Amino acid sequence: MIRRNLLKLPLVAALLAGTAGLAMAQDGEKKVIGVSIPSATHGFMGGLNWHAQETIKRLGTTYPNLEFVLTTAGDASKQVNDIEDMVAARNIDALVVLPFESEPLTAPVKSVKDAGKFVTVVDRGLSEEGIEDLYVAGDNTAFGRVAGEYFRNHLESGKKIVILRGIPTTLDNERVEAFEKALDGSGIEILDKQHGNWNRDDAFTVMQDYLSKYPEIDAVWAADDDMALGVLEAISAAGRQDKMWVIGGAGMKDIVKRIMEKDPQLPVNVTYPPALISSAIEMTALHFTSNAPMTGRFIIGSELITPENAQRFYFPDSPF
Amino acid sequence: MKINFHTLGPLIALIVLIALGAMKNPALLAEANLINVLARSAFIGLIAVGMTFVITSGGLDLSVGSMAAFLAGITILAMNTLAPITGTNWGTILLGMGVALLGGLAAGLINGLLVTKARIEPFIVTLGTMGIYRSLVTWIADGGTLSLASDMRTLYRPVYYSGILGITWPIIVFALVAILGQYAMRNTRFGRHVEAIGSNDRVAHYSAVDVNRVKLMTYVLLGGLVGLATILYVPRLGSASGSTGMLWELEAIASVIIGGTALKGGTGRVWGTVVGVLILSFIDNILNLTSIVSPYLNGAIQGVIIVLAVVLQRGNSAANAR
Repeated sequence: MIRRNLLKLPLVAALLAGTAGLAMAQDGEKKVIGVSIPSATHGFMGGLNWHAQETIKRLGTTYPNLEFVLTTAGDASKQVNDIEDMVAARNIDALVVLPFESEPLTAPVKSVKDAGKFVTVVDRGLSEEGIEDLYVAGDNTAFGRVAGEYFRNHLESGKKIVILRGIPTTLDNERVEAFEKALDGSGIEILDKQHGNWNRDDAFTVMQDYLSKYPEIDAVWAADDDMALGVLEAISAAGRQDKMWVIGGAGMKDIVKRIMEKDPQLPVNVTYPPALISSAIEMTALHFTSNAPMTGRFIIGSELITPENAQRFYFPDSPF
Repeated sequence: MKINFHTLGPLIALIVLIALGAMKNPALLAEANLINVLARSAFIGLIAVGMTFVITSGGLDLSVGSMAAFLAGITILAMNTLAPITGTNWGTILLGMGVALLGGLAAGLINGLLVTKARIEPFIVTLGTMGIYRSLVTWIADGGTLSLASDMRTLYRPVYYSGILGITWPIIVFALVAILGQYAMRNTRFGRHVEAIGSNDRVAHYSAVDVNRVKLMTYVLLGGLVGLATILYVPRLGSASGSTGMLWELEAIASVIIGGTALKGGTGRVWGTVVGVLILSFIDNILNLTSIVSPYLNGAIQGVIIVLAVVLQRGNSAANAR
């Protein structure tokens, strides 16, 4: 789909060239921006892929002299190959990369930088500092803290909660540590924290077992909306819907919709927007098309989605 | 009385496992928990019964997990498309079930034909189809999740969650398929042919067994059972995505081997497979219920128990053979 759109770009460029109002974009020679992201293996990445494609489509028409190359990789070594191909065959001027894993991607991205390209690293940092020109990421600590504060403010001391963790990674550790820190001294008891691997089926299984194990649970931090859906199903199968509420995370459209409708089981949600890839691509594009300085670190905050502001976070067309 | 460890090994392992688990947390034996564990075993269970026939005949199928995901995807798509035309009723659900079952049989037929007619190694054929189905489901879901329309979902939901006398449908179906599978393997000509081909397909061929046809049948049977598993899976969460059915193929193959079927073929034991499936499910359940160690080590504990179950079985069989 992307390829096809890329082929249309010269046509669009020709059309737009006749119209006025493209000051910066017109004079420079053609710049190629490579975008390398993990493939859509789960909900969040699906959303991220969608936002990346939408952004590229839009920027392609806005800036005719920018060309984009998008690749998606199912594992780290494929991503390394993609990046090497972009440099060798597509002669990119900038690279926007969301590393599949930090370690294996560090050296390849560094060599792109050494070749004098503009490098934007998204969400997962490289294992060596100072390689990237621009770093765009969500705030994992805030993600855990905002959720933790909601629990702290809405549960009395002595109430019992359970946590579902993601895939064991530093990212997951940061979130959980921040969550626990926010609860420190509140008297809220964390009964258990097991890995649901950001997967609906796994979360369903873990939650069923929590429900067998603990007769009293007052709230669940599912930490991800895919997991939250599995958790909700397990709770309703056990007939304990009225006993506990669930907080997911990342702002999946189905969940945001239910928050808008004031579902008592889903009072709020915490954002970790997949659209952060759009920020990264936009800012990289601005580096070539404007004089605005676009280097440094850009951390996107995690916000609390409530029934009042949910409309702002609702993207009905996104697959996530 | 002489206990035959070779055949009873997995069963003993299962009983020891449950006893230890129940000592740590009696909630393990609560009716609700047992129903949960048995019901969630049903998907892998149905697939593993089919896999027993494929492995016994000397074949292998790596595509079942992706196939289940793909079938779940097209089933949901079919029901969502049909519902406005045929209405939100059981007829539509039956049509959806038909899509899953026929899709499964067709997918099994494709694997089987590639193995028997095109003469490609089963490992390669099914590695290929595994990738194809996984990509297809990601593609039809547009990288996200396919969800069943909510009113259809409400109607279809009882297929996973309710049943007869508190025994839910997945458990009933799994039990029936296991009994039929055991019967087919032990008491029918098909079962004997499968074992004969797995021990030596040349000799089987000279003994007037239609080797290709029987092999083809094992893949079609497995495909059909994957379809059946999908029929029970879809009402549980009402969704399918690129991560549905991830690694089910390995769980199914592991269950078959734990149960005493030889990976090189020749001897099949369907009831052993059922025990193998239950061992894997109970390990997960016990680890969640007891929190003995760090959850980071769950995979390691699973690995140790799987290897131990097989050692118990093989070690004693080697001793008996001497």
